[in-house]
Amino acid sequence: MAGAKSRSRSASIQIRQPPSAWSRVKRNKAAVFGLMVIGLVCTAALLAPWIAPYDPAEQFSDGMTLEGRPLAPSRRFLLGTDLLGRDLLSRLIFGARISLLIGVIANAVALTIGTMLGTVAGYFKGWVSTAFMRATDMMMAFPALILAIALAAILRPSLWIVALVIAMVNWVWIARVIYSVVLTTSQREFVEAAHALGVPTTRIIRKHLLPHLVPTLLVWGTLGISTTVMFEASLSFLGVGVRPPTPSWGGTISESQSFFLEAPWLVAFPGASILLTSLAFNLVGDALRDALDPQLRSV
Amino acid sequence: MGGYLLRRLLQSVVILLGITLITFALLYLLPADPARMIAGRSATAETVMQIRAELGLNESLPVQYARYLARLAHGDLGRSYAQKIEVTELLSSRIGATFLLMLGGIFFELLIGIPAGILAAVRRRTAADQSVMVGAFLGVSAPQFVVGLLLLYILAYKVPVFPLGGFGSLTHLILPAFTLGIAGGGWYARVMRSSMLDVIHRDFVRTAWAKGLSGSRVIWKHTVRNALLPVVSMVGLDIGTFMGGVVVVESVFGWPGIGQLAWQAIQIVDIPVIMGVVMVSAIAIVLGNLLADLVYPLLDPKIRYGG
Repeated sequence: MAGAKSRSRSASIQIRQPPSAWSRVKRNKAAVFGLMVIGLVCTAALLAPWIAPYDPAEQFSDGMTLEGRPLAPSRRFLLGTDLLGRDLLSRLIFGARISLLIGVIANAVALTIGTMLGTVAGYFKGWVSTAFMRATDMMMAFPALILAIALAAILRPSLWIVALVIAMVNWVWIARVIYSVVLTTSQREFVEAAHALGVPTTRIIRKHLLPHLVPTLLVWGTLGISTTVMFEASLSFLGVGVRPPTPSWGGTISESQSFFLEAPWLVAFPGASILLTSLAFNLVGDALRDALDPQLRSV
Repeated sequence: MGGYLLRRLLQSVVILLGITLITFALLYLLPADPARMIAGRSATAETVMQIRAELGLNESLPVQYARYLARLAHGDLGRSYAQKIEVTELLSSRIGATFLLMLGGIFFELLIGIPAGILAAVRRRTAADQSVMVGAFLGVSAPQFVVGLLLLYILAYKVPVFPLGGFGSLTHLILPAFTLGIAGGGWYARVMRSSMLDVIHRDFVRTAWAKGLSGSRVIWKHTVRNALLPVVSMVGLDIGTFMGGVVVVESVFGWPGIGQLAWQAIQIVDIPVIMGVVMVSAIAIVLGNLLADLVYPLLDPKIRYGG
C-alpha cells in the first residue's frame, strides 16, 4: 500500500531528464554503423587465430598460378592470395591486430603526453604557458610525415617504434586542446573555491580538473585512432612501417604495388579495411563530440 | 599592424631555428652512420674514417650544428652525400613540381569542398545534406595511396583517360592533384557547411530576406560571401597536412617533387638532403600560417591586431 503510494507520487513529479550522452550516440545511425565496424575489427583482432581460415604466413603451393602470379578471390581463398601465395583474408584478419595495437599504443602515449603538458601549461599560465605555446607552435610547423619517415627508416621499425613515432607527431594537437579546456576550466568557481580552501595544487588538478577532461579525451582518443590507423598505413605503404612478414594492411598494399594492375584485389581489400576502420573511428568520435561536448561542435 | 608583423616574423624565425636544431639532433644522434652508408658494405674501416673526416662528421655535435647554421645564413644547405651536388640545386630542380601539385590539390579541394558545403547547408537535413556529409567522412577517412592507386587502376588502366603516372602535361597533373584534393575536399565541405550555417541565421541575412531579395541572391551575395572568409583563410593552415600528403601522392604517381627527393634521401641517410627538405617544408608551413593570420583581417575588417 505504502509502496504503491510512493510510486504514484514519484511518477507525478517525474522530471524529464535530458537524453544521456549514450542515447544521443545511439540515435545517430552513422555512429551505430561505426560502432558495429569497430566491434567487427576488434573481434577479428582478438580472435584472429581462431577465425582466420589459414596461417597468415603459410605460402601455399596451390596459392599461385603456374606463372607465379597471385590468385584472384575464389572458394578456397575467399579474398585471393598475395604475391607469395599467402591467403589474403587471413593476412587481413591478423593485420587488424597490428593496426589496432599501434592505434591504441600510439594514442595512449600521445594522450598521456598531451594531457600532462596541456594541463600543466593551462593551469600554471605565465611563462610555462608561453613556453608551451612556442614549443607546440614549433611542433606544428614540423613536416610530420617526413620526420616520421626519417625516424622510422633510421630506427628499423618494430611495432613499438612505429607507435612511438606516431605518438611523437600526434601529441601536439591533443596538448593544444587540453590546454584550452584547462585554461577555461581552471577559471571556474569550483576551482577557485578549492584553491581558496587551501586544497593542494596536485589535488586540485587530480580531483577537480582531470575529471572535466574526460569527455575531451574520449573524443580525441577516438578520432586519434582514425588518424593513427591511416598514418600507420601510410608509413607501411612507404616501406618504413612494421617489417614484413608481419601482416600489416598498408604493408600488403606496398608489397603488391607493382602488381596491382593485374591483381587489384591486393590493393582493394586492404584499402577497404583501412578505410572502414578509419571511417568507423571517425564517425564514432564525431558522434561522441556532438553528444559530450556541444561547444566543441565547430566543424 | 607593423609591430605585429615584426613580432610574428621574429617568432617564425625562432620556430625555424628550433626546427633545425631538433632535426639536426635527431638525425645525428640516431644509430645510422652516413659515412658507412656512402662507403658501402664492403668498404674498409679506413675508407669510412676518411669519408667521415671529409664530411666533418668527426667534430662534436655542437660544432657541426654551428657550422650548419653559419652556412645556412648564407643560403647554403650543404652538399648531398650521395649525389655530390648542392642541396639547394637539388631542391630547386624539384620544388616546382611539388608546388604545381600543391596548387592542383588546393584547386580540387576547394572545387569539391565549397560547393558541397554550400549545398549541404542550404538543403540542411535533407538527403542532399546527408550524402554530402557521408561523402565528406569517406573522403577524410580514405588513405591517399589507396585513392591514388584506385584512380590509376580505373582511369588510367581500365579506361585509359589519363597517363599511368609520370610528369609533363596537364593530364599528368589531374589524377595526383585530385587524389590530394579528396581528403581536403571532405574537410572543407564540413567547414564550409558549418560556416554557412553560422552566417545563415545572422541579422543581415534575415534583413536580405525581409527586403524581398531573391533566394539565389541572398544565398550567393549575402551568405556565401561571408561564409567563405574563414574557410579560405584556412588554406594557409593546411600546408602542413599537405606536405605529408605530397610524399605519399608523389610516391604513388612517380611525381618528381621534393617528396620523392626526401624519400630517396631517407633510404640512404643523406642527411643534408633530408635537412633541406625539412627546412623547405617548415618554411612553407610557417609562411602559410603567417599568411593566414595576415590575410584574415584584410578579408574581415572587424578583426584588428594590436601592435
